Amino acid sequence: VTLSDTSRAIDSPTGDHDATRLSTQPPPVAPPAPGRTSLLAPVRRTWRQLTSMRTALILLFLLALAAVPGAFLPQRGLNPVRVDEYFVAHPSLAPVLDRLSLFDVYAAPWFAAVYLLLFVSLIGCLGPRIRLHARALRTPPPVAPRTLSRLPVSERWETDAPADQVLEAARRSLRKARWRVVLRRAGGAQEQTAGALSAEKGYLRETGNLLFHVSLVALLVGIALGGLFGFQGTVLVKEGDGFASSVFNYDDIKPGRRFAAEDLVPFHFVLDDFRATYTEDGKALTFDADLRYAEGPDDDLKPYGLRVNSPLAVDGAKAYLIGHGYAPRVVVRDASGQVAFDQSVPCLPQGPTFLSTCVIKVPDATGEQLAFEGVFTPDTIQEPSTGRVTSVHPAADNPGLTVVGFRGDLGLDSGTPASVYAIEDRSRLEPIGDGTPQLLEPGDTWELPGGGSLTFVEPTEWATFQVTQDPGKLLALLAGCGMVLGLCLSLFVRRRRVWVRVSEPAGGAVEGRRTVVELGGLGRTGSEAFATEFAALTERLRASGSTTTTSTRE
Amino acid sequence: VTVPDQGLAQLSDNLLFVTVIVYALAMLAFAGDSAARRSRRATAAVSRTTGTRTSPSRTAAAERTRAMAMAGGGDAWLPPAPAAPAPAAPAGERPAGRAGTIGLALTVLGALVHVGSVVTRGFAADRVPWGNMYEFSSATALAAVGVFLFLVLRGKVDRRVGAFVMLPVVLYLGLAGTVLYTAAGPLVPALDSYWIKIHVAAAVLASGAFLFSGVVALLYLARSRYDEKLADGASARFPVSMGAVLPSAQALDRASYTVIAFAFPVWTFAIIAGAIWAEAAWGRYWGWDPKETWSFITWVLYAGYLHARATAGWKGRKAAWVAVAAAVALIIDYYVVNIFVVGFHSYA
Repeated sequence: VTLSDTSRAIDSPTGDHDATRLSTQPPPVAPPAPGRTSLLAPVRRTWRQLTSMRTALILLFLLALAAVPGAFLPQRGLNPVRVDEYFVAHPSLAPVLDRLSLFDVYAAPWFAAVYLLLFVSLIGCLGPRIRLHARALRTPPPVAPRTLSRLPVSERWETDAPADQVLEAARRSLRKARWRVVLRRAGGAQEQTAGALSAEKGYLRETGNLLFHVSLVALLVGIALGGLFGFQGTVLVKEGDGFASSVFNYDDIKPGRRFAAEDLVPFHFVLDDFRATYTEDGKALTFDADLRYAEGPDDDLKPYGLRVNSPLAVDGAKAYLIGHGYAPRVVVRDASGQVAFDQSVPCLPQGPTFLSTCVIKVPDATGEQLAFEGVFTPDTIQEPSTGRVTSVHPAADNPGLTVVGFRGDLGLDSGTPASVYAIEDRSRLEPIGDGTPQLLEPGDTWELPGGGSLTFVEPTEWATFQVTQDPGKLLALLAGCGMVLGLCLSLFVRRRRVWVRVSEPAGGAVEGRRTVVELGGLGRTGSEAFATEFAALTERLRASGSTTTTSTRE
Repeated sequence: VTVPDQGLAQLSDNLLFVTVIVYALAMLAFAGDSAARRSRRATAAVSRTTGTRTSPSRTAAAERTRAMAMAGGGDAWLPPAPAAPAPAAPAGERPAGRAGTIGLALTVLGALVHVGSVVTRGFAADRVPWGNMYEFSSATALAAVGVFLFLVLRGKVDRRVGAFVMLPVVLYLGLAGTVLYTAAGPLVPALDSYWIKIHVAAAVLASGAFLFSGVVALLYLARSRYDEKLADGASARFPVSMGAVLPSAQALDRASYTVIAFAFPVWTFAIIAGAIWAEAAWGRYWGWDPKETWSFITWVLYAGYLHARATAGWKGRKAAWVAVAAAVALIIDYYVVNIFVVGFHSYA
């Protein structure tokens, strides 16, 4: 019974229970008769407990509570680096929290337990509610209560028109206002009553309510589909470089549990140019990545301007721009003057002014191997006294590359994977010269003491792209629309009933004895809107009744 | 890149300053109205029991003291309006005090100036006026005042809640204009999308309504406790004693529900619009970013409120506490998350 239905069943003022119950909420189930206990009884009792509104409420609050720690503790799925930092900062507490899955709250078994129980409870009560509503949709509005004047709103007037015509006019008027109307002719017991109309409106309230809750289930299914069959990969691409989407080409991938490599949408692109613009105080204004892309290997490349908020969509896969940085192009020559290295080296930004660090490894130099640590500064300032280099703005207006060099053995032959952003093994490396950092501007060449040279050609840029595939996305979106629509219906539509009873003096309308029209209405308690609607309805029925009267007299 | 229009930006700031002053005056007028009703009620009670009439000057003095107490300090400046109701008129004959009408008029005036401040801010920065926390807070306060005015003018809420609604609004705007103030400027690229018009506008509207409903829920709690104390014959102390000047518990409960029933679908829409935007900007529609998480918690709590109100044993005060908890979650969602927690939404 997780379905909220604030149109409470109204206590019957007439003794007619069915007619005055506006809600399709199932009535409380009577406890099973004692004596007939079966093995299934405890199971049934547990099921009833689980699907009760009270349990659902508790589970809702538990869900809110369970989500809280994830908002304060760093989460692996969101930012693994900050989780590592937390481990360093709280070495004794972190492992305990980790055992409780507090760094993966939203993937934790206890979190799943709460929402799965909630959804079981929801589905358990959706079934009966849908059945009841389907029945209510087919059931005609209930028979009029005996005394309409005891309903929350009622009216009574007399007219000269014959009863049949009054009834017909009322029926047409109600139908026109899209009420569901049933006309019941009077039986023999109440001779004076010519008949009564039962009309009902606002079935969409419960329809909306059910739509909302069914959409919630659909949303969960959509999320699960994404989790099982989705894919996410990130890759860094330098200006001028290309990228072909294949599981092996990404720097980092997060495939869903049931994701197969052949599910990956094949496409490839070339990053021609990346541009970032900034305000004077260094806030980012725009990011633009000019791509040329194609879906198949033989297709022609089509241009695309990729921006934040405007991803590239290729047949179920989407590529997003999620990061950027500088990649200074560096040429290294060995002692013989041969070019041993000519590449753009991606540097990782260390702060908002894009002071970035990188490493240049030159294993192919004849003789000894070379390595350099570099600091790239887009808007360079060097403090005259200390020689410290900093960057004052993220735009590359005054780029500088500060390098220190090493010579020796990089240890790359050991077979262990080497990072492109750090020199791990320095044991067989010697500093070049006296180890003083060299600040280079574009075009500058540092003649290395002991032979060889390093040239900082120009600053180029790189961008990181995230490619995602989420087959559950469309379902989730539709579910979201269903939720909003369902909510609006269930909160703004009112369910209400009116009855019109027309009584005729025995033996037809005789001079001086007139037809009596009674009108009674039932809406949500205290609803002013219904009172207004009822008053308008009364007006209309009176008017339509008298029009008929006039027309029949002609 | 458009350069912010400094003249317009300055005008917007000045208008916000005027708004706060006018709202504060409205609050004092409402407080005076409440005090006048209370003393009228007290006078009526005294007349009934002892058959004597309190002297007009003493009533006025008592009102003034009470109005000051309501305004939250002995040295608070009082406008002449609330302190000068016609004291000789018999109790209960004026259904709505003149001070209350003045309060309402001032609130309307303040809201108009407030609209001016928000609109000029938008023109100054040449974009939607909800691009940073300061602008967001100002727009949310405007939404809350708008919801309050709408309900009062439609007769759904009694103006007696005015002082209690305007006090947090004044504090909130004061805080926004000082602590959170950000000069008019362009948006960061992540925010530069047409979704900011849709997602944030819905969030502003829903938040304003939710914050208003939170205040009403608190008032309901006070009134309901007050009724209970009165039935027991016990005397009520602050804050329960506020119940004496409040509308009936039933009316407050219904007002709180009406507002939440309106705001909940809007909030749901805001979250879904946010998810669609997140999908376009960050490559996933939901990622448990702290802001997303707290929006979710807020949503679940309001869903809990709507269910609680229809569940036996949860109706009334328990449900009202849920509404208050949900409003607190909403405040955490904006302020604690934006200021103290690092996430995708930590702009500005």
